[in-house]
Amino acid sequence: MLRYLAGRLLRAILTIFLVITFAFFVLHLSGDPAMMILSADAPPESIKAFRAAWGLDRPLWVQYLSYIVHALQGDLGNSMRDGRPALQLVLERVPATLAITVPAFLLKLVIGIPAGIYAALHRNSLADRLTMMVSVAGFTVPSFVLALVLVLVFSVQLGWLPSAGSDKPASAILPIVTLGVAGAAILARFTRSAMLEVLGQPYIRAASAKGLQWRTVVVHHALPNAAIPTTTIVGFMVGTLIAGAVVVESVFAWPGIGRLLVSSVSNRDLAVVQVILLLVAATMVTSNIIVDFVYGWLDPRLRRGGPRGR
Amino acid sequence: MRALHGIDLEVRRGEALGLVGESGCGKSVTWLAALGLLGGRARVGGEVLLEGRNLAGAPVAELEHVRGRRIAMIFQDPSSSLNPVHRIGRQLGEALRLHRGLDGAAVDAESQRLLDRVGIADARRRLGDYPHELSGGMNQRVMIAMALAGQPDLLIADEPTTALDATIQAQILELLAEIRQETHMAMVLISHDLGVVAENTDRVCVMYAGRIVEDAPIDTVFEAPAHPYTRGLLAALPELEGPRRVLMPIAGVVPEPANLPPGCSFAPRCDRRIEACEFAPPPATELAPQHRVACIRA
Amino acid sequence: MTALLEVSNLARTYDVRRGRWPFAKPATLHAVDGVSFALPAGRTLGLVGESGCGKTTTAKLVLGLVPLSAGEVRVGGETLPAANSPGWRALRRRMQMVYQDPLGALDRRLSVGRQVMEPLEIHGLGSAAERHEKALAMLDAVGLAQHHFDRFPHELSGGQRQRIVLARALILDPQLLVCDEPISALDVSIQAQVVNLLLALQQRLGLAYLFISHDLRMVRQVSHEVAVMYLGRIVEQGDPDRLFAAPAHPYTQALVSAIPTHTRSRKRRIVLPGEPPNPVDRPAGCAFHPRCPHAVERCRIETPALRTLADGRRAACHLAEQIA
Repeated sequence: MLRYLAGRLLRAILTIFLVITFAFFVLHLSGDPAMMILSADAPPESIKAFRAAWGLDRPLWVQYLSYIVHALQGDLGNSMRDGRPALQLVLERVPATLAITVPAFLLKLVIGIPAGIYAALHRNSLADRLTMMVSVAGFTVPSFVLALVLVLVFSVQLGWLPSAGSDKPASAILPIVTLGVAGAAILARFTRSAMLEVLGQPYIRAASAKGLQWRTVVVHHALPNAAIPTTTIVGFMVGTLIAGAVVVESVFAWPGIGRLLVSSVSNRDLAVVQVILLLVAATMVTSNIIVDFVYGWLDPRLRRGGPRGR
Repeated sequence: MRALHGIDLEVRRGEALGLVGESGCGKSVTWLAALGLLGGRARVGGEVLLEGRNLAGAPVAELEHVRGRRIAMIFQDPSSSLNPVHRIGRQLGEALRLHRGLDGAAVDAESQRLLDRVGIADARRRLGDYPHELSGGMNQRVMIAMALAGQPDLLIADEPTTALDATIQAQILELLAEIRQETHMAMVLISHDLGVVAENTDRVCVMYAGRIVEDAPIDTVFEAPAHPYTRGLLAALPELEGPRRVLMPIAGVVPEPANLPPGCSFAPRCDRRIEACEFAPPPATELAPQHRVACIRA
Repeated sequence: MTALLEVSNLARTYDVRRGRWPFAKPATLHAVDGVSFALPAGRTLGLVGESGCGKTTTAKLVLGLVPLSAGEVRVGGETLPAANSPGWRALRRRMQMVYQDPLGALDRRLSVGRQVMEPLEIHGLGSAAERHEKALAMLDAVGLAQHHFDRFPHELSGGQRQRIVLARALILDPQLLVCDEPISALDVSIQAQVVNLLLALQQRLGLAYLFISHDLRMVRQVSHEVAVMYLGRIVEQGDPDRLFAAPAHPYTQALVSAIPTHTRSRKRRIVLPGEPPNPVDRPAGCAFHPRCPHAVERCRIETPALRTLADGRRAACHLAEQIA
């Protein structure tokens, strides 16, 4: 067990490392921060001075090594725009993002899973078909389109909810709903197919043949088995808690990580982008590891070996 | 699409009835329909009388009361018929709580006793195992134990040994015979294997394309089969002893349920057919007491 | 006369780990352990046994699909070359395999006619027209009509599919057909059809069969000789009629008595205790001794060799003479 955990951690670290390296090279090779931050018609001396100050005139691999060395010591660089430590800047924004992604995640679970289960239990009924139609719409409509439509209806026409900003608690509602809808739709489809697959298994019929009530069969026999594949999708959604709201934050001018990422990338504010990517990679990797352990807990076949002793 | 076309069956208390037929003949569907296990899209017609009480069309609660407690069922692939994420003890205990109202320590004790009864060594440890940790033969024993938990009057065994090795098959069939002797439980043994049915039942119903074509005591079926299909099945089976003879297969294939021929379903493959066979499905006639055949040329 | 197929002391072992990590200990699984037999041309050897006995692995060893751990396979006097070598490919034309599940053995997206032609394409034989002709001829030989050529596997019945698999196996004019449970997935009335076809083809084409099955009755029907396997070894071998009527080895006795039938009286039923052991946990001495009703001390220590008894039967048992 310990060796397994160590192995996973090692691979996790390697993944994060690869992400950072890749991001580093792509960012550095794709644009000039000096030009971005100082503006294109700044005098060449200022640009040169800027670049020297930030070490951008050194060879690329030297910059890379320097970054890694500092990172290992906890220094993840400073923002080129305001000079503050990048890590601090990013962490400041995390609560704002979580304030919409976590409720959205809960919304996805609360709507998506029951809808999927209901659809599976009433297969081919009107309710099932409607649910599936709505769910397809839910995940095909791009989130910014949905966001704009919601704003149009609820802010402009009805005037119930604010359309942007984060000053009032009510301004979180539209972003949360926008985020939640697509996820709920996907989860509903997934849960439905997981349930259908389980309901077709011989042990479900055998459980009914035992005389158990249908409700008992569904709750105690079907759901625990359907939870196994559903965990994959839920785990993935957990992994996107940090960075899954880029578009929504931009549309609603919500001051979270997503907006910071967009602005940092367009400014080539390298350190900040790197920190954000590091954070995203770490979250994804952690949630993957957690999902693997949850699998083991849910499915005993993954825990132990095959038939032992006769 | 009709899977069954008027099945008339009777199982007497303590009797062992064999139900024989090839794939698609409806031998499993008959019992799943009787117990209401076919799912929402199936429509079940006719009567299913359990001691006079009609189960067909009965409310779900009544069916649930009958399942496991009066009529229990075991299935073909025992390892898939057990919930993979629950321990054996839990699944067995579930049946005991439901049917015998036991609780706590009594459940454990009775579970162990049942596992011992079905010949599982080291019963206490087995209760904590998961189905994938047991072999196919052991899982089938667990299923039998679960079936016995409700102390049913009738056990439907749907191809219980088809997925098992020959020597394990012998063990399971022997176990069933022992239990029946002890409890006087009736049994319906469904199989495609005439030999299995021959040794373990008193009476046999042969099914073809959703109908019963012959219903007779075991000895009669083997020594004086009346229906051409039954004769054909016997002629197609090789013997283990005695002289080797050429196998006589039945020409043609089993018809699709959606494409049944008018008249007798077996007529296209029958070597004794006449024109009259194609008009209408033959009714069941009584050749002798206890021996019914659905053939106009029997 | 050299037999068509001769195998001597075939063995195949796997290295496995037992127990749960971190306590896993390495162990050896003897899937096949010292199997020898000879199969003359035009004859059938039936190989029977329960799951885990090694019959399928033996079949794969014979065809070279699995590398040998020990022993030798000789086809027509020549040793079977290493797998995937040109020599092996050439020899494989003479030996084909038929599996249990005809639907799984056929590609769902190709017409069955194309699949029957495929072996000719693979070995680069004949022109396109000639291949087509030969495929049609094969369809006819297995009792199918010409119009079946363009059908797809799912449009055919189980018995028809198995005939296609046979046609495909026979199109290269092999001398040996290894059949691994070729009829188990078919309905009883169809089994007889396919078995009769196999026998007819054997008569016409002089084919040899290695017929592997758990269905003793069918094996008796088609075989000229039968070998019974248990945990990787042959425990009894001989003429089918004699072997099934009066088995010498206790395992064969139990196996035969386990076959339910109407004719034999019930009192002779031998029910073996316990389960077949895990091949990794193979008992020392005679692998069958823990379940054998006649086992004595010697059986725990010394592995019996397959030997010829006084009456001509061959069994691997120390006590074969005493057991009636």
